[in-house]
Amino acid sequence: MFQDILITGLVNGGVYALLAVGFSLIFGVARIVNIAHTAFYMLAAYLVYAFLNIAGLPLLVSVILAVGLVTALSMVCYKLVIEPVREYESAVLIATIALALIFQESLLLTFGGNFLGSPTLIAGNMDVAGVRVTYQQLLTIVVVALVLAGTWFLLHKTRLGLAIRATANDLEVANLMGMNVGRIAMYTVAISVALAAIAGVVVAPLFVVDPLMWLAPLVTMLAIVVLGGLGSLKGSLIGAFIIAYVEAITVFTVPAGSFLKGAVALSIMVVVLLIRPEGLFGVAFEEER
Amino acid sequence: MRALIYPIRRAYILLRTEVFALPSRAVVFLFSLALLLLPLYSTDPYVLRIVIMTCVFAIFAASWDLLAGYTGQVNFGHALFFGIGAYASSLLNYHFQLSPWITIPIGAISAMLGGILVGIPCLRLRGSYLSLATLAFPLILIGLLFAFPGFSGGELGISGIQRLFTYPVHNYYAAVILMLVLCFAMWKIGDSNTGLIFHAIREDEVAARASGINTKRYKLLAFGLSGLFAGIAGAFFAHFIRIAGPSTLEVALSFQAVIWGIFGGVATIYGPVVAVFILYPLTEAVAVFPALREYRLLILAIVVLLVLLFMPQGLTPWLRNKIETVCRRCKNRNVFWRRECRVCGTELH
Repeated sequence: MFQDILITGLVNGGVYALLAVGFSLIFGVARIVNIAHTAFYMLAAYLVYAFLNIAGLPLLVSVILAVGLVTALSMVCYKLVIEPVREYESAVLIATIALALIFQESLLLTFGGNFLGSPTLIAGNMDVAGVRVTYQQLLTIVVVALVLAGTWFLLHKTRLGLAIRATANDLEVANLMGMNVGRIAMYTVAISVALAAIAGVVVAPLFVVDPLMWLAPLVTMLAIVVLGGLGSLKGSLIGAFIIAYVEAITVFTVPAGSFLKGAVALSIMVVVLLIRPEGLFGVAFEEER
Repeated sequence: MRALIYPIRRAYILLRTEVFALPSRAVVFLFSLALLLLPLYSTDPYVLRIVIMTCVFAIFAASWDLLAGYTGQVNFGHALFFGIGAYASSLLNYHFQLSPWITIPIGAISAMLGGILVGIPCLRLRGSYLSLATLAFPLILIGLLFAFPGFSGGELGISGIQRLFTYPVHNYYAAVILMLVLCFAMWKIGDSNTGLIFHAIREDEVAARASGINTKRYKLLAFGLSGLFAGIAGAFFAHFIRIAGPSTLEVALSFQAVIWGIFGGVATIYGPVVAVFILYPLTEAVAVFPALREYRLLILAIVVLLVLLFMPQGLTPWLRNKIETVCRRCKNRNVFWRRECRVCGTELH
């Protein structure tokens, strides 16, 4: 059981980390609470399912196509829907909710409400310390590690990353230093949605896909982001693994645990907020005026 | 004879000087009258049912506005109060066979206590942290309900609850009068001294505290009041559809409140009510056509998106600014065609 918890926590934590880091990034740079974030993740999962099982494309092509298409779509959505109402915070909020609903309904109409299972990308499994680990789970862990490392490299070693971090730190000063803040916000949207899309692609064969699959990870992701501190990438990463392990421990040790896993994870978030209102790694609030 | 004429005359003067002086108030007055007279025209149970549901959700959306719009505590888990109201009243009705006349007030009071209980941790949070943390509370409650299915009915919920009235028309009047009274009460609260303090907390909490306002107490008051009104809506809803299920606590319902509130225009009370009266019957009307039934949520989302692109502050503030102008001197509102202010006589435009 201990090993089960270890593996489940690692796989789920990796997926949550991809989602939460992307969400944190876009919140930090553009102050957008993107409710549609996990809807993009769902869209990528569906696309990879369609390309593999319906169109019959090879694996690598369908993965790249799915991630590329979803990222392009996110930039179009940002330009058409978010950018015109950027000044009005509440309008941005329900614009993202409406986008998520539109994705959900379009998928429901195209693919139906059934649960669709996709065959694993790589078959087979191996034994690690007496636990069966499928190659799919292993692949997920490797992909997550690589992508997170790539994101770190992008943010810390490139000029674009420097601009993104500067904008997140202080939007007005970054603007005064001659950075095109609007364009940086769009690039950040693209990066963050690409992370969500990669999470969706690796998840599609692990779980089944259905048009409501965006809701559960949305709530978990928001809990992680709040737990770790809004806008803090380190916090999101650590928070993701905390929540994933808490869920795994609840599922494997408590009776009726699968009903309670969400409640326990969210209660931990509430407790942390009571002790540290800015989350684990968030910056303490200045009284904003 | 004089005793009879006097109140009529007073009512006439009130109507002429306060209600019909402004087109927005006149529209609200005529619309309320139309709602009350609707059963004379049609007693089709389907129509009555839609209006009853609309009224329930109008109370719910307006109570969200009291908390999120006025006080600025943007609540993403407003379904919690609706669900507490629904579950508390139906558990009492189901297990102890109490009459709805007792269970609905108890449900409302439990929701108010729930609101205060949730408000206490939220006192330390602000902005986006508060929104995202409040999203968690209804889901924690759903987890607990699912863990004890014997008590709460699990995923199926509690069914077979007593109705408030047997006849649809009686239920209709109960819902419409409840909606009108509660929404007017909320509007009055928003217009009162307390409402002014709520506005101050939203605009600048530090300044409000510096002016000697106990902001913690007022924030808890906002949570409690909002919970109370949402709880009444939830309890009435449970007794009307005769089932209290986990759908009353879902994320979808919380988001629905946010959509209604922002679509109609925040910090107005009448905004969310107007939004519910447009969007809810619209989705039901779309469902009448079999070809469009599957598209109704899609149509709803697209309508909301398009309206927001053109009116980012919401529907009612946009409309109101088109038909009314604010006097520069006394800040009273006037019909757009008036040349001078109806109160202070200053030249407009």
